[in-house]
Amino acid sequence: MLEVNGRVYPTDEEGYLENISDWSEAIAEAMAAADDIKLSEAHWDILRFLREYYHEYEIAPAVRVLTKAVGRRLGKDKGNSKYLYNLFPDGPGKQACRYAGLPKPTGCV
Amino acid sequence: MATKKIMYINRVTPHSGLTAKESLDVVLIGAAFEQDVALAFIDDGVYQLLKDQQPEKTGSRHVAKSFAALGDYDVRKIYVEQESLDERGLSEADLVDLRHENPEDDYRDTASIRLISREKLARLFGRQDVLFNF
Repeated sequence: MLEVNGRVYPTDEEGYLENISDWSEAIAEAMAAADDIKLSEAHWDILRFLREYYHEYEIAPAVRVLTKAVGRRLGKDKGNSKYLYNLFPDGPGKQACRYAGLPKPTGCV
Repeated sequence: MATKKIMYINRVTPHSGLTAKESLDVVLIGAAFEQDVALAFIDDGVYQLLKDQQPEKTGSRHVAKSFAALGDYDVRKIYVEQESLDERGLSEADLVDLRHENPEDDYRDTASIRLISREKLARLFGRQDVLFNF
């Protein structure tokens, strides 16, 4: 579980939110702070993109798919592993999906 | 790892328990291994591809919505058995329009659903290395 501003939110054993509807920007910031990351506008672009992707397809995309889809919608300069791993060093699929309040991507171990 | 021809056969309605969701999860996981993947929808499985589903009313997942992401996962071959549609009074116009970028045609936006006769589909089953039944 995760405590933010005095409220407790259930998470699974790897820290993903149990209820996607619990998500807020404050939760994303708290998760990032626990990893010593300060969320920049570049991070938020990816998190917002992931939330829209999930809303549309009900899938938390695997990293290969995320990279391709980001390239198509946010531009080639962002749709590459180097850019995404710089923002999310633990893996853009796993870490960014967690901050965005999504489940763990299908197909990630 | 040699590429295998893998086909996932879907035969039940979208809301027959968790079957449709589990099938989709296995497809997405399998797609990460870059195999030659195809999906087939036969019998009541064709209902999974219907437009205008309202799964919110039962609290289940909107599988047809997720199928729209299959192109991102390089799943480009989605076979629908013509006879199964006919027997249920359905036509291609009732189905979601799934698209992918075709790497063999300059990544042109291409329809993924292909209608196929029962007889041809049976032959296609015979040419797969692996069949998964859901």
